[in-house]
Amino acid sequence: MTEITHYSQVWTHRTPRKRLLLWGGWLALVALFVWCWQLMNENTIWFFVADAPRQAADIGGRMVPPRWEYFPELMQPLWDTINIATLGTIGGVIMAVPVAFMAARNTTPSATILRPIALFIIVASRSINSLIWALLLVAIIGPGLLAGIVAIALRSIGFVGKLLYEAIEETDAKQIEAIQATGASGAQVLNYGIVPQIMPAFWGISVFRWDINIRESTILGLVGAGGIGLKLQASLNTLAWSQVSVILLLILATVVLSEWVSARVRHAII
Amino acid sequence: MSAPDQYPSTWRRPPQIVTDRRWRLALQIGIVVYLVLAIGSVEVNWSRVYEGLERGQRFIMGFLQPDFASRWRDISQGLVESLTMTLTSTVVGVAISVPIGIGAARNLAPRWIYYICRAIIAVSRALQEIIIAIFFVAMFGFGPFAGFLTLSFATIGFIAKLLADDIEEIDETQAEAIRSTGASWWQLVNYAVQPQVMPRLIGLSLYRLDINFRESAVIGIVGAGGIGATLNTAIDRYEYDSAGAILLIIIAIVMVAEYSSSYLRKFLQ
Amino acid sequence: MLKLEGLSKTYKTGDPALSDVTLSVPKGQILGLIGPSGAGKSTLIRCINRLVEPTSGKVMLGDVNLVGLSKADLRRQRRRIGMIFQEYALVERLTVMENVLSGRLGYVPFWRSFMRKYPAADIQRAYQLLDRVGLLDKADNRADALSGGQRQRVGIARALAQDPELLLVDEPTASLDPKTSRQIMRLLTEICAERGLPAIVNIHDVPLAQQFMQRIVGLRAGRVVFDGTPDQLTESTLTTIYGEEDWHEMRRGDQEQQEAEAEARDRMAALAK
Repeated sequence: MTEITHYSQVWTHRTPRKRLLLWGGWLALVALFVWCWQLMNENTIWFFVADAPRQAADIGGRMVPPRWEYFPELMQPLWDTINIATLGTIGGVIMAVPVAFMAARNTTPSATILRPIALFIIVASRSINSLIWALLLVAIIGPGLLAGIVAIALRSIGFVGKLLYEAIEETDAKQIEAIQATGASGAQVLNYGIVPQIMPAFWGISVFRWDINIRESTILGLVGAGGIGLKLQASLNTLAWSQVSVILLLILATVVLSEWVSARVRHAII
Repeated sequence: MSAPDQYPSTWRRPPQIVTDRRWRLALQIGIVVYLVLAIGSVEVNWSRVYEGLERGQRFIMGFLQPDFASRWRDISQGLVESLTMTLTSTVVGVAISVPIGIGAARNLAPRWIYYICRAIIAVSRALQEIIIAIFFVAMFGFGPFAGFLTLSFATIGFIAKLLADDIEEIDETQAEAIRSTGASWWQLVNYAVQPQVMPRLIGLSLYRLDINFRESAVIGIVGAGGIGATLNTAIDRYEYDSAGAILLIIIAIVMVAEYSSSYLRKFLQ
Repeated sequence: MLKLEGLSKTYKTGDPALSDVTLSVPKGQILGLIGPSGAGKSTLIRCINRLVEPTSGKVMLGDVNLVGLSKADLRRQRRRIGMIFQEYALVERLTVMENVLSGRLGYVPFWRSFMRKYPAADIQRAYQLLDRVGLLDKADNRADALSGGQRQRVGIARALAQDPELLLVDEPTASLDPKTSRQIMRLLTEICAERGLPAIVNIHDVPLAQQFMQRIVGLRAGRVVFDGTPDQLTESTLTTIYGEEDWHEMRRGDQEQQEAEAEARDRMAALAK
């Protein structure tokens, strides 16, 4: 080692250029934020905002004690909600399977036409929330459970399809090659080479989606698509906050329970 | 080895998951009974559905020939609200999530702070965005401000949880090395934790930006501003061509966001 | 039985993996294919049942030229060729029995294979083969519950279930320990002798090849540089085959293996049609 004074006394973590870029980036983010904030709040009535704590206290006061007598009335809608989620998941999975096989690079029958279509179906289904699907379906086929089921199914296609096609693309090519070498037909290669490999992923994804769907189906009633959300909507409309708190507690319990079931089932499969 | 006819001529695939025959039978019957009951409880008004087919057709036509022009003022207003809401709520949400996430990491925070932060996360995650939006609209009035609050709140549950889990999984040896230099708690966070979780935090924030946009299209239905309100009106008025246009815009923005966030993540790493 | 005439293969990247290989294998002969990694052994074996598409040349199995057959005809011909893989390539999540029965896929209609309702004769035969390779009691186990040696025995039973007229064996012992390797090689040679089956065996282990093979062909850079009996394999001929084994060659080997696999993967796209 030489004399310590030989070394530079200044040490910086980043080069000046990089530092400039970093600061510029942060500055741009802050500016963008301020601009967006102003644009967003052009029409905000600040009086209402200032009034919020009083409103919150008021609502809170009305929510307790929960009106427990309302509970038995909720059993039928709860059953409907679970059915919406389950039947919707089944329908969604059934539709998602062919889409996934069309979207996976190694099984798609035509990479130029069908694959982009399948990918578009997946993106479209994923970007539109089930509540919007429900809104549309209620307008088209009328209010009721069916609209909810179809909405959940349409929303599930994208989720299941995406995860499933990724699983298909990750299959071990060797096992498939070995089945091909026996002289198996395309359908047989699918049945023996690919399907066994994606089965655990398939069940895991389906159960996972079912769990999410239980959560989503609790609110579909807000737009008229059946289930416990209908009761929520009715109670909100009549400002019956003590009933709202019962419904929310029930939804919470259902969600926690379904999460537990789904975790257990997935654990058993994998 | 003997002649082929010495061997059994039938073979059945052994059951893989439920091996007990009675349990399997019970399970199968249970599933069938459930399905019958569930499908039976779905009352369908077929004549209404039949009527709806014509509307469905009109909707599909509207989707194929979207009308951007006639409601453009409403659409652009809704879009501006949605986009600004998305950005501001993500920024605020992430900013709040960071301290909560650190507080919810068992290896950094004292017990009592840990429990408080985990409780905040649990509440935020358990409640649906829509339900939170209903409350915020009731408290703060209609408009994007309530939506902004909703999305910020939902962001906290998402980011803080994943961040906390990430911090709990950091490489302990690095933290130990820094601790052994006599560093304070702040220095520990800055030198040992931050470098390890920063890339993931950025990735999560971008992902959440994407989710917040999608959600912002929904909470408008209950009055929290954004493109969802416009969409709701369009559907109520049976203006399917405008609705189709809005949906296409949503899909396009989500696609762009997904593509650019994956690009940005690659660029930042 | 099998005649290769002027077989060549050039990959998309432009690397010639095989150039002008001419070879004939009579009935009942076990032929060992040796050579450094990257010499084209994997490619050669996969060109025979067209898991890799040859660029030019002929593959005559009996009177049929496999090159240029339509997809359906190729499937019918593949039934006649059993293949045994490096690292077994069993379908891990199926039972041993299903793996063996999958050798019959080319013979049964789709619904039978789908319902797992194989003809009685196929099932008896599958049991017989499992007995032959010493795994009768494992029939209902899942393939991923077996040891390496056991898996390769299942692989052999699967290939034999096809009633093949030719066996292609790709590095059967590459992932096995020396003792198990010898057991597997002995089993293979015994079975070939029992049935008068010709076999082409890719093998990187020269002593093992000398011990078990009747004839040895040496490949170097895609060309046949040696063809003779094991005892003709001298120090100097080995040098012509392997040269000075350097890292460059080894890397090329990995690359060739990957290319062969990548092409097989591409061809899977044809599956769903």
